[in-house]
Amino acid sequence: MPASAPPLRPEIQFASLEQQGETAQLGMWAFLVNETLFFGALIFTYYIYRLSYPHEFAAAAKDAVLWCGSVNLVILLTSSLTMVLAINAGAQDQRQAMIGWLIATAALGGVFLLIKGYEYYLDFQDKVVPVVNFAAKPGEGSAGQLFWVFYWVATGLHAIHLTVGIGLVLYMLLRRIRHGEITPAYYAPLEVVGIYWSFVDAVWLFLYPCIYLVGRS
Amino acid sequence: MSVTTVERGPAAEPAAAASEPSYLTGENTVASWLLTRDHKRIALLFFASITFFFFIGGFAATLMRLNLATPEGLLQPAVYNRMFTMHGIIMVWFFLIPSIPTTFGNFFVPLMIGARDLAFPRVNLASWYVFNLSGLVVLFALVMGGADAGWTFYTPLSTSYANGYVFAAALAVFINGFSSIMTSLNFIVTIHRLRAPGMTWMRLPLFIWGIYAVSGVMLTATPVLAMDTFLLAVERFLGVGLFDPNHGGDPLLWQHMFWFYSHPAVYIMILPAMGVASEIIPCYARRPIFGYSGMTMALMAIAILSFFVWAHHMFVAGISIYSGVAFSLMTFFVAVPSAIKVFNWTVSLHKGSIIFDAPMLYALSFVLLFTLGGVTGLMLATLGIDVDVHGTYFVVAHFHYVMVGATVSAFFGALHYWWPKMTGRLYPEIWARFAAILTFVGFNLTFFPQFILGYLGMPRRSYTYSPEWQSWNLLSSAGASILAIAYILPLLYLGWSLLRGRKASANPWRATGLEWATRSPPPAHNFERTPVVALEPYCYDPERDTYVTQEGVPHAG
Amino acid sequence: MYHWIPFWPDTAAVNAIVVNNLYIAELGVSGLIMVTVVAMMLTFCIRYRKGSAASRADRVQKTWHFEIGWTIATLGAFLVLFVWGAAIYIWLYQAPRGDEEVYVVAKRWMWKIEHPGGQSEIDALHVPVNKTIRVVMASEDVIHSFFVPAFRIKRDVVPGTLETIWFKADKIGVFKLECAQFCGLQHATMQGEVDVLSGPDYARWLTEQGVHESLAEQGEAVFRAHGCSGCHGNNSTVHAPPLAGLYGTYVHMQDGSVRLADEAYIRDCILNPRSFTVAGYPPLMPDFAGQLGEDDLLKLVAYIKSLGKQESAQ
Repeated sequence: MPASAPPLRPEIQFASLEQQGETAQLGMWAFLVNETLFFGALIFTYYIYRLSYPHEFAAAAKDAVLWCGSVNLVILLTSSLTMVLAINAGAQDQRQAMIGWLIATAALGGVFLLIKGYEYYLDFQDKVVPVVNFAAKPGEGSAGQLFWVFYWVATGLHAIHLTVGIGLVLYMLLRRIRHGEITPAYYAPLEVVGIYWSFVDAVWLFLYPCIYLVGRS
Repeated sequence: MSVTTVERGPAAEPAAAASEPSYLTGENTVASWLLTRDHKRIALLFFASITFFFFIGGFAATLMRLNLATPEGLLQPAVYNRMFTMHGIIMVWFFLIPSIPTTFGNFFVPLMIGARDLAFPRVNLASWYVFNLSGLVVLFALVMGGADAGWTFYTPLSTSYANGYVFAAALAVFINGFSSIMTSLNFIVTIHRLRAPGMTWMRLPLFIWGIYAVSGVMLTATPVLAMDTFLLAVERFLGVGLFDPNHGGDPLLWQHMFWFYSHPAVYIMILPAMGVASEIIPCYARRPIFGYSGMTMALMAIAILSFFVWAHHMFVAGISIYSGVAFSLMTFFVAVPSAIKVFNWTVSLHKGSIIFDAPMLYALSFVLLFTLGGVTGLMLATLGIDVDVHGTYFVVAHFHYVMVGATVSAFFGALHYWWPKMTGRLYPEIWARFAAILTFVGFNLTFFPQFILGYLGMPRRSYTYSPEWQSWNLLSSAGASILAIAYILPLLYLGWSLLRGRKASANPWRATGLEWATRSPPPAHNFERTPVVALEPYCYDPERDTYVTQEGVPHAG
Repeated sequence: MYHWIPFWPDTAAVNAIVVNNLYIAELGVSGLIMVTVVAMMLTFCIRYRKGSAASRADRVQKTWHFEIGWTIATLGAFLVLFVWGAAIYIWLYQAPRGDEEVYVVAKRWMWKIEHPGGQSEIDALHVPVNKTIRVVMASEDVIHSFFVPAFRIKRDVVPGTLETIWFKADKIGVFKLECAQFCGLQHATMQGEVDVLSGPDYARWLTEQGVHESLAEQGEAVFRAHGCSGCHGNNSTVHAPPLAGLYGTYVHMQDGSVRLADEAYIRDCILNPRSFTVAGYPPLMPDFAGQLGEDDLLKLVAYIKSLGKQESAQ
């Protein structure tokens, strides 16, 4: 911690930094309850239609780019690990390690987005973008499009969430850590970002089988 | 029961507390209001916004009742359709849902639990900005001509056929949801973490329980609506989507997801109102509330059960008969805790020493209107009758009794009850009583005839009707004009009292809550010393006309 | 029998009488709850107003047995109403075969009625008195709702499927037919009338329409025009499920489920055959989504239903 940094004071509504940190964590958990229902509603919609049109969905899902999704799954799972290592380093006052692991986390998130972008390019080539560039494949019928609407909405929303996550990690790196606001005594902001990051990771864990594994058994 | 919930270090005590100016008189630049993190100022900002939208929505209602005074009508069909759609959207999302939580909740949750602010003041302020952003979008939709799909946005009408600004309206609802989520998240975390020492769960005032229950409902129901409107907007904007039968989609899926939010939304409107009534009635009956723990359990039971009744909006929509039966049963179950609350409020008058001031009049009319809305809700829950009256004015009358009659009465009750605390001024009692009675009369005159119209078979959302129904419609329109006066009246005399009203003492109603332990209006950080709670709320004694505040300070008559 | 009650709508069907009884019972229960609350409130407000001489001593301290009492009392009353209402709902929404059938196509903003004999009318429905009428409904565009207040029946007509409802009018006269689901600009005028005629009058009305081709015969023309007969016809060599006698039977599907072949099933099979592959048949049929209007679909359904009747008649 730079010597010039002023000692942290809790905000006026809190009695102690500890209480402030606990409150922030509870806030993030409550927010994730909300996020779970947000994505839950989408996945629910998906399953309703998949039950109605099992064959069409299986046919449509064969066009999803399996290797992109799988590599991305590995990348995101790894990034959750690096995130936890960063928090761990922060708690033990290993400043350099913390910064290193955070950079790794943000970088893995960036690689995920790059691969996702490339996958979108492949999808466009493959004519599976509803309305914009779409051609029904044999066996898909009219319900195949429902699968692709779900694909674009779900992966798009997930990418937005991941971008926000990368932004939060960069904010931690460039502001809170640089100003010495993350210390072993108070690293709750980093933990809150970590909780969020793991949630975004977990969402992919649910989207992955819905998109890439349907009809491939 | 553990006594201490939150430890406060002495380091956090404000230094020169005694001389701290009130939150109103501190710094008074425009920036100090627009960038404030003080929950009390944000509450007033919300109050200004929702009052504005209340009168916009009310204006649309006025046009509708004018149009329905005669079967021929005044408005073009397209205009009428847009008016009732905008009336619904604005009143539901821009007045009723935020009404009590964002104003009185924001102002009084920290005060009543003895905290200095909400847990996340910046999120609270952001919530107001997001609310206004969504308000701008809905005003854009309105000014451009309005949406014309009904506030329920039923597909495929809303996605493929309506030609108004449905996309903008759906977007407004989507954005509005973020405001709800931020506010409710803040309340939940605050009530969990920032209670004063000694403020255990079973010592929380019932208003806090109401806000807690409603926040839980908001936090879990709103994201489903957000996803639903998002998919609707995608479908409307791109022309392909998930609710279009021509693409294999299911129009009923929209309804399921919409009502999964919008039925709990009804409880979002009524739960805080229940909390308000539970504050006012003991204070003016000068006795403890009847069955405090029963009341808390009923609140939580309603909040939880509200998630399992949504399809009772779809009994005639083509859902399977057996799911209809199941949802009817759940609906009867949710009516049970509501009935318990009504009985408890009523018996809370027993052996009291009742003062009929304006807040009490509003609270009593809340109970009566809620009961009438409730028993007609029972009829709608009964499958055989719902098949007949669904989609008629019977439904319109029913939900206006609950959402407008009951909730808005409670809103006005809260406004009068807490006015001295918020502004430091007393309102003129005679005028306020007059407005309260006028509201009750005007409301019943407006909406009771609609029950009869509904049972006679008049469908809702119609710009014209058979001539034989005119007398009932005329009566309803006449009542609406009385109601309009009754709603505008408080604006005038409360505005007057801001300038000329008598100065209020810290505790003008001799009430027991922590919010009355600080000055009126409160200082910027609420309390000059951290309150320590020693007692349950509502320790009034009608026999000796005394009361003991929650801090354990006895007061003689 | 209910005409003496003020503000009471027409009661013109057996369905309506059943609902009336329940409604009166509900009014009674609701009235009782309202009166109890108002009476308690008024009594307490007067007796215990501030300054009155009534004693405030010995307030009730234990509240839970009152609360349990109210819970049990309301729950009991509610359960009775629930069972009663649910029984009526199940009875109202399970349409029997019916003495007569009519087909309804709802489109913005009119009701098109087609009788099996081929007679069609707009915004009017002629039916005989004291006969069970089965109504099969389709929507061309948005959700409409078929509502006859005097019969106390209502059902949404959702596009993409067929809905059925039934009634048995017991009073001759003209009654309102309304749309109860907002369906766009002229929703308010999407109204018609139900003319309940005596048996002979109804027979006369049918013949006066001057129609030569029954609905099933019209459906047969559609059946040929779209090439259905190529596979499903009697002389076809393609291995396709037989249609004769199909209506009203249970069909075993490829995925192991069993479905009742009602009107909605027949419609779904035409539009989306791949999701309804019958056990033992290859999924060969092309889907007809977007190629057939609701009118033609109803005619096809009428034709396929008639196939069963012809077989059994032979």
